[in-house]
Amino acid sequence: MTDTTIQTEKPRGPWGDVWAQFRKHRGAMAALVMLVLLAVFCLIGPLVWRIDPNFIESDTVKMFKMRNQGPSFAHPLGTDQLGRDMLARMMFGGRISLAVGTVAMLVAIFIGTAVGVLAGYFRRIDGLLMRLTDLFLALPLLPLLLVMIFLFRDPVAGVLGPRLGTFLLIVMAIGLTSWMQAARVVRGEVLALKEREFVLAARSIGTPSRRIIIRHILPNVLSPVLVAATLGIAAAIITESVLSFLGLGFPPDFPTWGRLLYDGIAEIRTYPERVMWPGIAISITVLSVNYIGDGLRDALDPRIRGR
Amino acid sequence: MKFRTALLGAAAAFVLAPAAHAERGADGEVKVFYYQAVSTLNAYLSSGTKDVEAGSLVLEPLAGFDQDGQLFPRLAADIPTVENGGVSADLTTITWKLKEGLLWSDGTPVTSADVKFTWEYCTAPDGGCAQGAKYEGVKSVDTPDDLTVVITFEGPKPYPYQPFTGGTAPILQKAQFEACLGAAAASCTEQNSKPIGTGPFIVTDFKVNDVVTLEANPNYRDPAKPAFAKVTLKGGGDALAAASAVMETGEFDYAWNTQINPEQQKQMEAGGKGAFVNAFGTLVERIEINMTDPSADLPEGERSTVKHPHPILTDANVRKALSMAIDRQTLVDVGYGGAGRPTCNLVPAPAFQASDNTECLTQDIEGAKALLEGAGWTDSDGDGIRDKDGKKLSIVYQTTVNPVRQDFQALIKGWWNEIGVEVELKAIDPSVFFGGDAASPDTFQKFYADVEMYANNFDGTDAEPYMAQYLCDKIPGPENQWQGENINRFCDPAYDALVKELSGTSGIDARGALVKKMNDMLTKDSNIVIPLVDRGRFSAKSNTLDGFVMNSWDTELWNAQDWTRAK
Amino acid sequence: MLSFTIRRLLTAIPTLLLISLVIFLLVDLAPGSPLSDIPLTVPPDVRQRMIEAMGADQPVMVRYVLWLKQFFWIEPLYALDALLGTDFAQGAQRIISWQSKMPVMATIAERLPQTLTVVGTAYLIGVIIALPIGIYSAYRQYSWFDQAGTFFAMAGFSVPTFFTGNLLILIFAVNLGWFPTIYDTNLEVVDWESFTKMLAQMALPVTVLALFNAAEISRYTRSSVLENLGQDYVRTARAKGMGEGTVVLKHVLRNSLIPVVTVVALGLPTVFGGAIVTEQIFKINGIGAMLINAIHVSDLPTVQTVTFIFAVLIVMFNLIADILYGILDPRIRYD
Repeated sequence: MTDTTIQTEKPRGPWGDVWAQFRKHRGAMAALVMLVLLAVFCLIGPLVWRIDPNFIESDTVKMFKMRNQGPSFAHPLGTDQLGRDMLARMMFGGRISLAVGTVAMLVAIFIGTAVGVLAGYFRRIDGLLMRLTDLFLALPLLPLLLVMIFLFRDPVAGVLGPRLGTFLLIVMAIGLTSWMQAARVVRGEVLALKEREFVLAARSIGTPSRRIIIRHILPNVLSPVLVAATLGIAAAIITESVLSFLGLGFPPDFPTWGRLLYDGIAEIRTYPERVMWPGIAISITVLSVNYIGDGLRDALDPRIRGR
Repeated sequence: MKFRTALLGAAAAFVLAPAAHAERGADGEVKVFYYQAVSTLNAYLSSGTKDVEAGSLVLEPLAGFDQDGQLFPRLAADIPTVENGGVSADLTTITWKLKEGLLWSDGTPVTSADVKFTWEYCTAPDGGCAQGAKYEGVKSVDTPDDLTVVITFEGPKPYPYQPFTGGTAPILQKAQFEACLGAAAASCTEQNSKPIGTGPFIVTDFKVNDVVTLEANPNYRDPAKPAFAKVTLKGGGDALAAASAVMETGEFDYAWNTQINPEQQKQMEAGGKGAFVNAFGTLVERIEINMTDPSADLPEGERSTVKHPHPILTDANVRKALSMAIDRQTLVDVGYGGAGRPTCNLVPAPAFQASDNTECLTQDIEGAKALLEGAGWTDSDGDGIRDKDGKKLSIVYQTTVNPVRQDFQALIKGWWNEIGVEVELKAIDPSVFFGGDAASPDTFQKFYADVEMYANNFDGTDAEPYMAQYLCDKIPGPENQWQGENINRFCDPAYDALVKELSGTSGIDARGALVKKMNDMLTKDSNIVIPLVDRGRFSAKSNTLDGFVMNSWDTELWNAQDWTRAK
Repeated sequence: MLSFTIRRLLTAIPTLLLISLVIFLLVDLAPGSPLSDIPLTVPPDVRQRMIEAMGADQPVMVRYVLWLKQFFWIEPLYALDALLGTDFAQGAQRIISWQSKMPVMATIAERLPQTLTVVGTAYLIGVIIALPIGIYSAYRQYSWFDQAGTFFAMAGFSVPTFFTGNLLILIFAVNLGWFPTIYDTNLEVVDWESFTKMLAQMALPVTVLALFNAAEISRYTRSSVLENLGQDYVRTARAKGMGEGTVVLKHVLRNSLIPVVTVVALGLPTVFGGAIVTEQIFKINGIGAMLINAIHVSDLPTVQTVTFIFAVLIVMFNLIADILYGILDPRIRYD
């Protein structure tokens, strides 16, 4: 950077620096654009493409003609086995899947990072927290999800209403059952980090633990956390579909990407394109999040920044 | 002339040659696939149909059902009837004669003591016998000699063929199972996985929930059978993979219960390696109507109980309209193809007791609308949902998680919306829905929904216990831990009287007439039950397997002794 | 380190007991019943008698204590008897599956071989391909190799094994007919022919699982190596004139292995636990298929036993990972 650019641009804070660096990362920018497009597709799309995702022709003769169509002008992604429009279903499903994937991943990462950092940094609670992690790792996932939803479905739905209640419950269920790997990985890193010179130096001048964790430890465990986050979003979308499969997720007439993928698998021999659409959508989401993660990591690393 | 006769004779001899020269074990190995893997070979401890079917290769009852639902003797010499004196005139005893010279696979003779022991085994306290219903009402089993079994019932039994018939009630060897009575039944691992039987095959290796290996029984009563020397019965996976293994890759000769959607059926058939076989029995996919109020606003313990009649579904017109709006043929075409056919009956077979009720087969949306209109259900506030006296036609429709059922839900929801009924869908994990756990709100007995869809049938050909499920005193509720079978909470003294009459009526035609009458009461007269699809058994058979005959009244492996390899 | 190990082993005992109790209560509380597969033709009173015969109507704590006794006392006796030909157990009641009425331990022993061969091989292959890919991707960040690696790893992870498994079966087994679609658990490797058969039936499931594992491990390796490449000690090492190979493979790799060790240690117990979905799709009928089937039919003794063994392995491998941390980075101390 030269002096002229500093003069022409307004002074900016540390986040401005991060953004400037992020913008230089071509992969990350492309991914960000893709993700925004995908979000627009799911959020704004239904306002433009006004076919009800659950619309079935009630006249059975017409319904049979509408079934299992390939891509066409009227149905760009074709129709399913009951003549429902796949494009509308993909849009509608994307809203739920993206929301569930993102929020559940954030819940898992938040718990995982918190447990990992605390366990790694404070030796006194390390044993307790890690045994808790072992416990959660050991619990069989399906009965755990079944029990959580069985116990909390009605109370939560009573307070928040059935739709928001189901959403919150699913997100919490997925988040609470998938934080352990992040916790183990973060703890391992923190164990090594806290013996490094800069942390020892900070401690020797009397920096309080809270400050050491926030200023020195957290930035340095960012990369495994970001990896866990990208992998977590995919896992969350898939887990949601498993929940639907058990009848624990959203009602059966709520399409989600995970459910469309599951349904498509059964038809893979007869109509392979039907499994492609949700598969591609999930893959694009995960790939985008991954590249954004890469870009963020580079942008947040002061050693790389400005290189 | 002479020459021609000789030629014909030679031709006949040539045609008959394989049969005449048939030899036990000449055809090598036959591979059978059950996508639900086999857990035990002892039908009395079984946890599902698959165990009963696998066990039937080894263990046999006194009599079985053929493909037409007729009883035929297996271990018995013939079928006892009132006419031949085998059943006493007062209908309280039945006398079975065993075939002479029968041997267990270990070479010891089969005697009436084994039959009596089997009854003792299944009725022993703490044994947890899964087929207890087969021996209900049996007072005693006596063995006047080695080949005679006399069963005495507690009262007159118009249908005396429940005990020891069909794959669900095979005869066990006393010598082998003697130590397994009552509480010891579960720990008899060796016996339950390798029972000694009279059937065409004996078990050589048993890997639980995985694969059973069997070989021809050297002591089978017909010295020329079975043609196969070895049977491999593999399990695991799903119906689609099972069908594919027979129809597309040809890895297996026969796959049980390959229920897949019609397009996939067509595609698999194009594979040219096999064919689907079907047979219709009594399994009916239906919508059950809840006559009581499942509203969540009611206090727990009063939801779906007779205390609160259903606000809208107690109106017979609403139930009829719901039934009229459904196009059953479309359901079959979308979900079952060759594995189903539309029906209006709860008891679709056998012919002597199947009602000729076909009225519901044509969909009549306009008629349904007019019916509701006439009954005072109108859309007074213009939201597309009919209402009357402040009550909206809004229902919760639940079923199990299953792709075909979810398609049915979506289609039926569309039709019901069309006639002005609002529908909320719910799908429940089958192990919870059918689990009967009194603590769970999602069991089919608790019925915390307005309508629910599943399939049910009855064992064998006698519909009496099935019809008796709709008695007033079988309504599930908190007082009986929700264990009743009358899940509609239907109660009609006239119906109860008919059930009573049936239990005292003998003669196939008289019984059939009563069953038809009761069937009509539940279906077309009241629409308490809305039958949708008569679901057949649907399996896949390789072109290289001969002699297979599909049977919907007994186990599908009922004639495994007659299977041969196509030449 | 030794005292740390001993202390951890001792604390593992109460931990595992607690875990076993939580699992037991959890599985017991889950809705569902061991009779859900029984045909509806079986009337309610018969069902009730079946429940009583299983002992499923006993209070939960009674059943838990019975299970503890069977697992920690009776089953080891049977194992001893089987090894030494003695008769210590004297016919005591073993842990019996509610569904099949078979001893659970015998079933596990029957199924372990196929799970270990398939899932174990897949994990090994996964790790072997993931490490070099991860290291090279990081070393040449944003090269075409890295981009391709990233793409395949993320695609591999975002598309679940039930998709890839079915796709591979459709292409290679159904259409091309190269491999069987159904795994033959009776197959014993005795000669060359049976060995090739074994390889053929293992090929698809191993590919699916190895891809999935490799995707995950390579991502962690890449990010960790990347992090370390930017550190000062790397610059120092290079400045001192060390070869690139030494810098990357000796210094960077060793320091980068901590997250990798964590992830691998978390993954290894699944080698025993089996890959639930993959086993189902390929009909391998290993431990994973056993567990999922038992969960579906609420077969509590089986679920409890398999899950508990799994828990023991998790605790053990996490301990091993902690010890490895100390070896990889001597600055980490637990005392």
